[in-house]
Amino acid sequence: MAFYVVQFLTGLASAASLFLVASGLSIIFGVTRIVNFAHGAFYMIGAYIAFTLTDRFSGAFGFWGGIVVAAFAVALIGVLVEMVLLRRIYHVPELFQLLATFGLTLMVQDLVVLIWGPDDLVGRRAPGFKGAVDFFGQAIPSYDLFLIVLGPVVLGILWLLFQRTRWGVLVRAATQDRDMVAALGVNQKWLFTSVFAVGVFLAALGGALQIPRDAVHHAMDLRIIVEVFVVVVIGGLGSIVGAFVAAVLVSELNAFGILIFPKISIILVFLVMAVVLIVRPWGLFGKPEAAARRTPGLTVNPWRPLTQNERLGALAALIVAAALPLFAGNYALTVGSEIAIFVIFAVSLHFLMSVGGLASFGHAAYFGLGAYGIAFLAKMAGLPMIVCLLLGPLLGLMGAAVFGFFAVQLSGVYFAMLTLAFAQIVWSIAFQWVSVTGGDNGILGLWPEKWAASPSHFYWLALGVAALVTCGLRIAVFSPFGYALRATRDSLLRSEAVGINAKRMQWTAFVIAGTTAGIGGALFAYLKGSVFPDNLGISLSVDALVMVLLGGVETVSGAVIGAIVYKALNIWLVSQTDLSKLVLGAFIMLIVVVFPKGIVGTLEMLLQRRKPLAPPGPTILAKPIESAE
Amino acid sequence: MRARNYFVGAAFALLAGGMAQSAMAQDIKIGEINSYSLLPAFTEPYRKGWQLAVEEINAAGGINGKKLVVVSKDDSGKPADAQTAANELVSSEGVAMLAGTFLSNIGLAVSDFANQKKVFFLAAEPLTDAITWSKGNKYTFRLRPSNYMQAAMLVEAASKLPAKRWATIAPNYEYGQSAVAVFKKLMSEKRPDIQWVDEQWPPQGKIDAGPVVQAVAAANPEAILNVTFGADLVKLVREGNTRGLFKGREVVSFLTGEPEYLDPLKDETPEGWIVTGYPWYSIKTPEHDAFLKAYQAKYNDYPRLGSIVGYQTIKSAAAILAKANSTDPEKLIAAAEGLSVPSPLGEVTFRKIDHQSTLGAFVGKTALKDGKGVMVESAYKKGSDYLPGDAEVEKLRPKD
Repeated sequence: MAFYVVQFLTGLASAASLFLVASGLSIIFGVTRIVNFAHGAFYMIGAYIAFTLTDRFSGAFGFWGGIVVAAFAVALIGVLVEMVLLRRIYHVPELFQLLATFGLTLMVQDLVVLIWGPDDLVGRRAPGFKGAVDFFGQAIPSYDLFLIVLGPVVLGILWLLFQRTRWGVLVRAATQDRDMVAALGVNQKWLFTSVFAVGVFLAALGGALQIPRDAVHHAMDLRIIVEVFVVVVIGGLGSIVGAFVAAVLVSELNAFGILIFPKISIILVFLVMAVVLIVRPWGLFGKPEAAARRTPGLTVNPWRPLTQNERLGALAALIVAAALPLFAGNYALTVGSEIAIFVIFAVSLHFLMSVGGLASFGHAAYFGLGAYGIAFLAKMAGLPMIVCLLLGPLLGLMGAAVFGFFAVQLSGVYFAMLTLAFAQIVWSIAFQWVSVTGGDNGILGLWPEKWAASPSHFYWLALGVAALVTCGLRIAVFSPFGYALRATRDSLLRSEAVGINAKRMQWTAFVIAGTTAGIGGALFAYLKGSVFPDNLGISLSVDALVMVLLGGVETVSGAVIGAIVYKALNIWLVSQTDLSKLVLGAFIMLIVVVFPKGIVGTLEMLLQRRKPLAPPGPTILAKPIESAE
Repeated sequence: MRARNYFVGAAFALLAGGMAQSAMAQDIKIGEINSYSLLPAFTEPYRKGWQLAVEEINAAGGINGKKLVVVSKDDSGKPADAQTAANELVSSEGVAMLAGTFLSNIGLAVSDFANQKKVFFLAAEPLTDAITWSKGNKYTFRLRPSNYMQAAMLVEAASKLPAKRWATIAPNYEYGQSAVAVFKKLMSEKRPDIQWVDEQWPPQGKIDAGPVVQAVAAANPEAILNVTFGADLVKLVREGNTRGLFKGREVVSFLTGEPEYLDPLKDETPEGWIVTGYPWYSIKTPEHDAFLKAYQAKYNDYPRLGSIVGYQTIKSAAAILAKANSTDPEKLIAAAEGLSVPSPLGEVTFRKIDHQSTLGAFVGKTALKDGKGVMVESAYKKGSDYLPGDAEVEKLRPKD
């Protein structure tokens, strides 16, 4: 019995650490709607600075003082980031801020290694909490007890802050309806900055408090960021109590789950999230999101098919691309194939995001399923390549059909997180089912047949498919189906009022996007000659998101440019420098500031301005609405 | 930054060109790939090791009079990126052979690439048994002692322990799974009386150490096998120390004696664990002394195991290139099979039968000295003594 009590307390201690970080994320998201990808980075910097301070200053005062000072220092960095970077991009489409914080995260990962060196650092133990307390023969670390107390204390302080101060009232109001708060004359700039600072402070405090039990190293951020997102979503966005309950739920399920299924940790949080979101679409303590007041379509330049000249231009670009084998070597051609494949992947997500208004955080699942489809068909059934290429993506289709059915019941960030949960479930199956998928050692030896083996042939194949897919999706955008889908994106209520079955439209779009991604994955398997669980992983999903956002989510085919720029730059930087993340991160942040609507989006806007003859209606309408924000 | 990686810096500006080869006709190039950005704690000393080797080789006249150049690429820790890098090295840099890699899945991806493109590949670090056995191919050789070999070395010591109730803690991915599987199999063969009472599989890099330690303690084992390393190991050791998990229990642990993983533990190093590792401070052989002196003179730092691996990878590659006196992959294979080369840890041979080198490892016990973790009572175990018989290897490896 004593064992179960101690295991429960151990779970509570884990929950407290998780809650500190998650609460900060929840507050930031609730008010600013920023999907703060850099939250893990702030957590990590907090740990590093605390390590340096506690190492430098001895004694109890040095330790606890170091922790608090570290958290304040990082909060200050957070304020700087908010004022210099994020403030410039609040008005641009949602999720674009994700790109900025993603760039920041990349930079921080390289910076901490430059500053603190590559070795894992082990900080000292907390003075006064070094040992363990005996509980009926079981040892409980006293630091765990400290954390168990700290969690509810922080919860209480936050609760008082939100319930009993004017600032708290404003934060809660902004969480519920920030447009209305702005309309009532509250200075949003100041509110957002302060909220961001508090959130970052909590993240850094969470990181700093880990040093007596963890090692400080440069991958800490990725270890925690996804998990805290999941906790925030399970709890309900913007709900601090929800985040606390979710952290306890997840940690306790893990603590007791491993007693029965020792391998459960790898997937547990995602299973819990999937179940919670299917049963309660807004998380445990969340409330349904208020209907968006702004109609997204209005800020967009009205979409139209390409003019005759533009078509010729696109065709000319394609011909130039197709002529690459005439003057480029094998390496350039293979890189070209890879870029073409990522164009397919990016446009498939772009279709879902820009036309369907559904941002998926787990799009790599369908890419990877397409790749595994090839692996199964070619290695187990021994089918010829052309048959594999036709049938392989069907695995992506099936995955998208099943998961999409559940996912489209939700919207916004909840939709995104459910897709992430599904992707992680698929990933863990590929990772764990060693006898079928080979686990993380993957499936090898999937090289293309002779007719496609030479780099130039494969390049033409990939380029041709990419061109077909892009055209196909453009045709879909301007088909009746595309218009109906855009209607559901712009106004769910009105579209349903005119008789559009919104869920079915969105589901269809999801399946189309998933299948297309599967086509990309199928080609990718042949390009690399192997399939790994990486092909389904979070980092690939994030890459796709970055490509779409970089190109411009409000454009028809911006993802093509986004994919080319991002992938080419990425491959080139990784090849040229060990600090590729630092440079790439800086580049992304620059793009975010210079091209606040994405590369293509901003270019289109500039062209539009230069052309006074553009359709006047929507642009005039858009102006006052944009500035009213 | 990059200048360190390149001994010749001009050629790589030509992304698309095949011109690189002609410009460097007098040099022999080795293409090297590793997870520099993902695993700097291991790859930084590794890089220093191979840079030292390159310097020594060229100071001694290069390879049959030609200058050796190593072109190094980062793989970001992803198999797909490693293949892109391998492709660049082969197609556009025109390297004579590929070398390097750390993670098992990346090693396998590059080995499959080498097999497909018919390029010689010397895997430095990946530990998976598959790379020389179940997924072995004729183009791939491997330097470090495999999972199987390290398990066999540990089992030799572990089977002498009186403990009968064993628990295992291993990261939940291929490396951890196969380390546990081999250890269990070899151990149960030697000691049929052993019971396996619990196993824990925390996700790699994400161990929630408290509950794991509690769960293992609840099974009340007499001995524990640990396969976690890096930050996970730190968390496990800290929780285990506080909760008294290791008190009165034998612990056998993969890799923990390597300075990369032992040094961060500082004064929290648990004592008396049976580990594999690299006690550079207590190796007294002329070969190692020479290496240690050269390394410390150049870097003013002590070597880690990665330094040895990096150093020996390039030394072995150079020996293979010198013996073949050609860059033709078939000739390189012929030269490498059965080749014996000197190393800081004694002579190693690349076996003809499975292309595994006989580089060994040190087995010893952890101890605390002046607030730092060290390995004591350590002995070098030759790799050749811990490999299964030829008949068994033939069965494990597909025919080329």
